[in-house]
Amino acid sequence: MALEPAVRPITATASPVVLGNNARQLSQAGGVDLPEGIQVTTLDAAVNWCRKYSLWPMPFATACCGIELMAVGASRFDISRFGAEVMRFSPRQCDLMIVAGRVVMKMLPVLQRIWLQMPEPKWCISMGACACTGGVFDTYAVVQGVDRFLPVDVYIPGCPPRPEQILRSLMDMQDKIQRGGRLNGTALPEQLIKERMLDAARNLSAGSLSERGDEARFGYRLPGGAASVGSPRSNP
Amino acid sequence: MTTASSTKNPIADRQARLSVLLTPVLGGSTESVRASTFSDNLRFVVEPDQLHAALTVLRDHGGFHFLSEVGATDYLKYPQPSLTGRRFEVHYLLLNQLTTERVILKVGVDDGPDPVLPSVVSLWPGANWMEREVFDMFGIRFEGHPDLRRILMPDEFTSFPLRKDYPLRGRGERHNFPRLTRDQS
Repeated sequence: MALEPAVRPITATASPVVLGNNARQLSQAGGVDLPEGIQVTTLDAAVNWCRKYSLWPMPFATACCGIELMAVGASRFDISRFGAEVMRFSPRQCDLMIVAGRVVMKMLPVLQRIWLQMPEPKWCISMGACACTGGVFDTYAVVQGVDRFLPVDVYIPGCPPRPEQILRSLMDMQDKIQRGGRLNGTALPEQLIKERMLDAARNLSAGSLSERGDEARFGYRLPGGAASVGSPRSNP
Repeated sequence: MTTASSTKNPIADRQARLSVLLTPVLGGSTESVRASTFSDNLRFVVEPDQLHAALTVLRDHGGFHFLSEVGATDYLKYPQPSLTGRRFEVHYLLLNQLTTERVILKVGVDDGPDPVLPSVVSLWPGANWMEREVFDMFGIRFEGHPDLRRILMPDEFTSFPLRKDYPLRGRGERHNFPRLTRDQS
């Protein structure tokens, strides 16, 4: 059945992800005549479409990455073009945590508490080398990647990342929200599976002294061989 | 305009003046005063039981009213023996605010299950947090300190991370936090 000319421009101009195949299938194969101004989609897609353009970030800025994050909020890069300019310093009002900078071990309970205080649905961006991996701060005091203790959705490499990278990660985040979100949650199914695997690997008993040898259980291994703490390298 | 200098070298001059001051509390003879210089630093090495008296003399009669730093060093497996011959070396940096002269007092602390030094909080209340930091990082206890708690590391931390036998990457303390997942949060 041929579509009414008044219907086709509506589906064509709307976001292809939102209206996607559902609208086209319904209107084409189902034989439904849509009046002007009516769009057909799933509720999930419509809600996610609203969510992804109204992210309220929680800037957990602990270091120099926070300065870049401020630059993204300023006029030159202007994060409000993506609907995410409403930085809120109360976790109750936020749904996107941006961990910008290194997180020390003493700070980690605070970070986790803030994450738990954020209302669902919520997402997390790990920004910069330190938040993602610990960066150059490979010591006892610094958390070697906040994803060991928090569910992270998007990682941004860089030290610190360019503002363009942050905008790109925001677009990735929006894409992920559009594709993966559910009405009552945030997660992609494959991400849940991955997190369960990581969690099982992490719950292996920790070695007390040879931490370097145990790092494979976190999914990475550092060059340099066995630790030589306590004796100089030149004098093995 | 400051103190009259009898020699060309102000460090040697300062060392001579302060040695005279410290001789009574460091044993009475000139040989008992152990001093060394590096660049414009002047260091005196004292024993733990002489520490309080030496600092008091420098504060009250040497013009060094300001304690600008308390720090420590761990000489475990250091290629050369330390100045004090002991594993830990705690240093006190004193400043004369009128003449801007500085002097360093070094005191050695033996290795052991409970390394201990007398506290100088009674002389300088500002030593409170500095001694807490030394305690936090090295585990050196300061006898007489009013509130000897950890200051940098979390309270439940059990190690002393700046000791040389502490692994650079820790002993897994940081892995004991609960892990939040999507299902839980």
